[in-house]
Amino acid sequence: MIRQKKGWNQRLFLLCCAGIFIAALLGITAAGAMWEEKALQTDFSRKNMAPCIQYPFGTDWMGRDMFIRTITGLSLSIRLGLFTAVISAGIGAVIGVSAIMGKWVDGVMGCMIDLVMGIPHMLLLILISFAVGRGFWGVAVGISLTHWTSLARLLRAEALQLKESPYVAIARKLGKGWGYIAGKHMAPHLLPQLLVGTVLLFPHAILHEAGITFLGFGLSPEQPAIGVILSESMGHLMMGRWWLALFPGALLAAVVMMFHVIGNTVAGVLNPKQAHS
Amino acid sequence: MRLEANNISFQYSRDGRKILNNISFHLDSGERLGLMAPSGFGKTTFCKILAGYEKPDEGQVLMDGKPIASYKGYCPIQMIWQHPELSVNPRLKMSEVLKEGRRVEQRVLDGLGIEKDWLRRYPGELSGGELQRFCIARVLGEGTRFLLADEISAMLDLITQSQIWGFLLEEVKRRNLGLLAVSHSKELLERICSRMIYL
Repeated sequence: MIRQKKGWNQRLFLLCCAGIFIAALLGITAAGAMWEEKALQTDFSRKNMAPCIQYPFGTDWMGRDMFIRTITGLSLSIRLGLFTAVISAGIGAVIGVSAIMGKWVDGVMGCMIDLVMGIPHMLLLILISFAVGRGFWGVAVGISLTHWTSLARLLRAEALQLKESPYVAIARKLGKGWGYIAGKHMAPHLLPQLLVGTVLLFPHAILHEAGITFLGFGLSPEQPAIGVILSESMGHLMMGRWWLALFPGALLAAVVMMFHVIGNTVAGVLNPKQAHS
Repeated sequence: MRLEANNISFQYSRDGRKILNNISFHLDSGERLGLMAPSGFGKTTFCKILAGYEKPDEGQVLMDGKPIASYKGYCPIQMIWQHPELSVNPRLKMSEVLKEGRRVEQRVLDGLGIEKDWLRRYPGELSGGELQRFCIARVLGEGTRFLLADEISAMLDLITQSQIWGFLLEEVKRRNLGLLAVSHSKELLERICSRMIYL
């Protein structure tokens, strides 16, 4: 208590940033969901317009408002990201934590993790998406089934370490059952990790969604997805229509960055070791 | 009641050195036994085996003639670990840590000098000595018959040491517990124990 507490410390600043970012992401998601029809509207009287006040992101060769298309695409990406991140985190949690059930189970789970990790992400993603039949579900299933490995490894290491820790051994000798230990000793360590891991899965999932769609194995071309927008704009960049790629790309990067900040803030807030910084 | 170990041998890895070789010992209720040995002679390992944290390769540990593995639930032989920072979960408040012990009396908390204010804190906000008091209090709940104190005062200053040992001796006497005190300080053991053994 020697140092006087400042009103505006780093913790508060990060929390404010995270709050604003969450609001922004929610805004994008809601706006995109509302504009889904509008994003498909073509109007040949306003095609190929450079960014102006009325169309801040310009329009494309079919006269579609790029601002609305971008927001709708991001909205779709965020919703897809939410869905896949939650499923992925769930798989990761089950596989990771089940390692404490014994050597044999741990061996099988470790093998599964290595197997999925060993194949390049994008390749496996394309294979699964293709097998499921592309489109929304292809991407959703593909990302969900490929992104759990790092989180599973993290949780596995943490759970194994907890299981061997002196305080768990002491609790056992004090007559506590495994249920108590899971709830009181393991959950306070694992849940924050899981939450942070889930939030940090988002940007990964969104980028891979855009990537696979860009390559043509993901969402169908008529959907206003970021990957579709970016791959379509490729052909027009040569003709000097830079706005078709720049703004959607920049906004995608911004969304990814926002998720990153939110994830790191959550991690900092949940860690009592950093409670005073 | 009597806690006894018969011909205990133990090694950590198959081709490793034998840490404990054919050791036997007994400890009765109300007795204060000192265990002395230099570093690396298996004092902590011996305590872990007696308290049931480790299984000996050979020999057995009996309490009242029954193997200690047959005591389910709360173990009547409780060990106080050398490193209090590792013995409490950093994410649990101290009040939760205390609750793990079985109905620890207020008298014990007062005797160890645990302040009310500390209960609301996390382990990271207490010093090693303060944490050690919680670790001692935690194993002094109902049902403890034998207490194994593994170098519990090595990190404490002399005043705190004498306060804690004074309370522990009083408590051991009052409840007729058996105490095994481990240390490499001969002076300390000679002061508190009625009998000494050397590994």
